[in-house]
Amino acid sequence: MRYGAEIAWMSLATFLALLGAGFAADAPFRAHMWVLFAVLAIGTIVLLRNVSFEPEQPVDQSAYMDGPIRYGAIATVFWAVVGLLVGVVIALQLAFPDLNLEPWFNFGRMRPLHTSAVIFAFGGNALIATSFYVVQRTCRARLFGGNLAWYVFWGYQLFIVMAATGYLLGITQSREYAEPEWYIDLFLTVVWVAYLTVFLGTILKRKEPHIYVANWFYLSFIVTIAMLHVVNNLAVPASFVGSKSYSLFSGVQDALTQWWYGHNAVGFFLTAGFLGMMYYFIPKQVNRPVYSYRLSIIHFWSLIFMYIWAGPHHLHYTALPDWAQTLGMVFSIMLWMPSWGGMINGLMTLSGAWDKLRTDPIVRMMVTAVAFYGMATFEGPMMSIKAVNSLSHYTDWTIGHVHSGALGWNGLISFGAVYFMVPRLWNRERLYSVRMVNWHFWLATLGIVIYAASMWVSGIMQGLMWREYDEQGFLVYSFAESVAAMHPYYVMRAFGGALYLSGVVIMAWNIFMTIRGHQREEVPTTGTAPALQPAE
Amino acid sequence: METYTAMRHFADSWGLLGMTVFFVGVVLFTLRPGSKTHADAAARIPFEDDKP
Amino acid sequence: MALMDKHALIERNATLLLVGSFLVVTIGGIVEIAPLFYLENTIEKVEGMRPYSPLELAGRNIYIREGCYLCHSQMIRPFRDEVERYGHYSLAAESMYDHPFQWGSKRTGPDLARVGDRYSNEWHVQHLTDPRSVVPESIMPRYAFLKTVPLSPKGFSTQLVANIDVGVPYTQEMIDNAEVDLVAQANPNADTSALTKRYPKAKTGDFDGNPQQVSEMDALVAYLQMLGTLVDFSTYDEAAGYR
Repeated sequence: MRYGAEIAWMSLATFLALLGAGFAADAPFRAHMWVLFAVLAIGTIVLLRNVSFEPEQPVDQSAYMDGPIRYGAIATVFWAVVGLLVGVVIALQLAFPDLNLEPWFNFGRMRPLHTSAVIFAFGGNALIATSFYVVQRTCRARLFGGNLAWYVFWGYQLFIVMAATGYLLGITQSREYAEPEWYIDLFLTVVWVAYLTVFLGTILKRKEPHIYVANWFYLSFIVTIAMLHVVNNLAVPASFVGSKSYSLFSGVQDALTQWWYGHNAVGFFLTAGFLGMMYYFIPKQVNRPVYSYRLSIIHFWSLIFMYIWAGPHHLHYTALPDWAQTLGMVFSIMLWMPSWGGMINGLMTLSGAWDKLRTDPIVRMMVTAVAFYGMATFEGPMMSIKAVNSLSHYTDWTIGHVHSGALGWNGLISFGAVYFMVPRLWNRERLYSVRMVNWHFWLATLGIVIYAASMWVSGIMQGLMWREYDEQGFLVYSFAESVAAMHPYYVMRAFGGALYLSGVVIMAWNIFMTIRGHQREEVPTTGTAPALQPAE
Repeated sequence: METYTAMRHFADSWGLLGMTVFFVGVVLFTLRPGSKTHADAAARIPFEDDKP
Repeated sequence: MALMDKHALIERNATLLLVGSFLVVTIGGIVEIAPLFYLENTIEKVEGMRPYSPLELAGRNIYIREGCYLCHSQMIRPFRDEVERYGHYSLAAESMYDHPFQWGSKRTGPDLARVGDRYSNEWHVQHLTDPRSVVPESIMPRYAFLKTVPLSPKGFSTQLVANIDVGVPYTQEMIDNAEVDLVAQANPNADTSALTKRYPKAKTGDFDGNPQQVSEMDALVAYLQMLGTLVDFSTYDEAAGYR
């Protein structure tokens, strides 16, 4: 019977959710368990409706397992739209505070929703889908573990839904980028171990003797995130049927543990994993091997070694002991080198094929992603210098820095990977429209530039206003005056974000039509078919 | 305080030297002459993905 | 050259690659984080720190729930402008009972590390209810609903017990009285002498303008009013605290 065991497990989980709602120790936990109950009940009903008593068709072991990747590609696009939309909403809330709707849609509950939706829902789905795509094709082996890959996909979506609804209900640990409470953390740990099993299992049964470098990056991302997630979320719940827990560490130790996690969520989730994408999809799209494979080996080991030290730069001039701050600063500055080594390796892969920048908007998107990676990894070390940080810390400059990395590097490389994978996954000859990719590219790039520029100006202005003295030795500005001065930049930032979002909406339509099997009739983009010139 | 001072002195002398030597060693090893053909073959892996 | 083929071993052995990269990423964390737990000078010696009273802890949990830390830091850096604007720079000791810490990373609003005693209770309630009625430039969301949500003391001692599990020195007496203390601290007519003995410097009385009910507003304002007020800086030795 197809789905027999799955239905039994799902029913049990649904029942447990019901018990959780019944015995809940606090109101948010009760509401959250009702959400879980509803989601699991719908899932069980869907499974029940698809039950089949036909004998199972043997799975073709000689083909790649692309089902979870197809779902993953769709989920990536879906969560990109959702996460960026929430981002535009909270940007508008900062410009126009009347848009806060208490209690559920106040900025304080919406911001974790935005950050988690873009990092973990959009970025995470992009990573899981591309890692499954890449590991199969570079190992020439079908995914290990059979339906375990499906469990990873659906388990991860359930984690996202529970985290997101939890934030709006006020369930949070207040650890940035690790806000979900203890029971969601435990569930994610299980899903993550399953993910590691599928990924490592596929590598172990590979037919290709060598493990391609993209898989190294993916593997170190999975392992390191597991370590960071477990250590940073160590906590004691007040009740096993309640949402509240207390962090195992306190004060200064808690702060460094959190930013050791927080910075390496950037270093391994948003960098190492996405470098895995870079090392596969750029060579594939330009049809040339990576510029220097040996440089990629050095890139890998030095990057993962150095990144883990950089966390204390989030705590400059705080109550963290000076020696830890200095150590964090030194490693952050050194980190510039492996980062740029990787960037050069990605960019130079195009050597001999630079014309593709003009003719292929997907290549242009990927290369711009790597260029933004280079910019963000230059700006980051600079901001980790204590003297610079004394001005930039606590201001919008940090927000601008994060977004030039996230929108520029993570966003564009993921879009490039999705544009590459979707026609191949659904056996389409080409995308619905290449011109729409071009539109997406320009809307995204313009959006990032407006976003980053307005945050630079507002951030530096904030920092300078806070520390400005007049000739009598009095502070010139009250804090409220610095808030008022931010208004025009917050409006501009929301506009930049909206442009970026509109590009992603165009992508969603393009991907939808590609999957449906349509091809838009359009004039090829400039340069794809150079016009013949009459001989003189 | 004793342990702290001792570790600090170790870290900014032998520790630093050890790490530097290890790093230079890793770089030289990776870029050794014999590795080029091997690396070039590995770099072509993404282009041989037709069948599992 | 047998040695020269050793990296090929890593490149071909997935388990070795897994273990190798795991070892490489653990080093930095161990070297930076582990010493903080045993180096004695990490946390300065100060007088006055105590665990949060039940009402303050409830307020702190509301502060966390509403994501206040996303716009307000609680960490004053040792710069002239910050010290003049917010008060004495923050010490590690001041967050020694904070599970989790609330240092924050962004100042969309001002730092709150020493906001206690700076404004009246009435100001806080008005500001939380409608921020722009007292600070026209403010972009803070409204939190009027806090005044309408009653705070139930039932079972609150479990929150203190969980804090003991992570190392906060609550006494048995504090746990036994947790529910009584929670209500008494916000009741203007209660006898709070035992409470202030357990929690020195705790602010008592009605916070939210409605003495009939203990609301979430009472708890949040009680928390805000004690922030940064515990340490006695007249006895603090700055040179000994440097590290």
